[in-house]
Amino acid sequence: MEHLEFDFPASTDSSRQTPARRDSVLVGVVSSGNLEVLVEQASLAGGCRVIVDTSIRGYGAIWQAVLADFVKRYRPRDVQVSINDAGASPAVVSLRLDQAYEDFQGDAA
Amino acid sequence: MTSADISTVRRSYYEATGRQRIAALLDRDSFHEWIGPRERVTSPHLKLFDVPVSFDDGVIVGRGTLDGKRVFIVAQEGGFMGGSVGEVHGAKITGVLRRALIDRPHGVLLLLESGGVRLHEANAGLIAVSEILHALLALRAAGIPVAALIGGAYGCFGGMSIVAHCCNAIVISELGRIGLSGPEVIETVAGVEEFDSRDLALVWRTVGGKSRYLLGDASRLVPDDIPAFRAAASAALLLSRALDLENLERDHECLAVRLNFYGDCKDAEEIWSRMGIISSRQVALLDEAELVELAQSLPNRKVI
Repeated sequence: MEHLEFDFPASTDSSRQTPARRDSVLVGVVSSGNLEVLVEQASLAGGCRVIVDTSIRGYGAIWQAVLADFVKRYRPRDVQVSINDAGASPAVVSLRLDQAYEDFQGDAA
Repeated sequence: MTSADISTVRRSYYEATGRQRIAALLDRDSFHEWIGPRERVTSPHLKLFDVPVSFDDGVIVGRGTLDGKRVFIVAQEGGFMGGSVGEVHGAKITGVLRRALIDRPHGVLLLLESGGVRLHEANAGLIAVSEILHALLALRAAGIPVAALIGGAYGCFGGMSIVAHCCNAIVISELGRIGLSGPEVIETVAGVEEFDSRDLALVWRTVGGKSRYLLGDASRLVPDDIPAFRAAASAALLLSRALDLENLERDHECLAVRLNFYGDCKDAEEIWSRMGIISSRQVALLDEAELVELAQSLPNRKVI
């Protein structure tokens, strides 16, 4: 197991921020090649924190890249993302993050 | 696609996660979770084995309404360690059953998907299963119906198969499987000559939903469709069969009759043939409604 924490400071670009409609959302399952993503509102001075527990060691740089892309896409403010990972590929991680964050923001319709 | 088209599309129970099953089974937005993932009550044992935990320890528990009636609900998530029962996982299920004894809801739904006890947690898992059974029987003795729903990818085996058989009713789909020892366990212990777990036709005609329904182990056979499970669960909760000596003795008599009629059969096909089913291919090809109709027309089918 490896424990990783990433802090993304508050973004100055507020144009794409959508207020959350839910307090928290959990998507995905901790099964082989998959992961669960828990997204919660948290007081983080406008920033975003991601906490990862993964069964695969040594991929910190890849996590950093995938999570930075996620933060760039959504500009989450005051959001904590907690991940339990059982060896998901970067593409699966990225899709789950999208799914979780879109659920978190709620159905626009 | 129009909204009319969407309503006729099946919503697979098999493919859904535990959370998705609960959301689609209960009345819209009625689910309230207890000890949800934010509380992070995770397994204290798995860290020792250096394997990942899950925020809900593989089981979702809470209350909601079904057709407006208050129910308690449990959904095991087969994807996390095969839905196995660890200490926290089991305690969450026991807690729901004990609370039901106090709050007396209309009924309790157990969405079971489990390989049995989580071997990493050994004795704690075994004790958890016995606590679940104790709480379940107390609830049934108090006249509160409990229905088991089985239709997930991982089946229902080991300790949780015993739990299922202690419920008022078992609702199962063709894809659902239930048995005390799972196919791979039998193969490991007794050899591939005894049971080939990769022979899927053998697996399904032994532990699959259609076979279990024909034998009378499951009381309802439904298509792999969450609304179908919902309707069957709702109906199952209306049937409260008293857990008393008279019914137990009747069940034992039926089991004795079953053993007497089918005890020497080597394969499910022989059992079906004795029930009066002419072609075993028939069983595989019929849809759920047709199979239920066939089962009810068989003069030699001995069920509880």
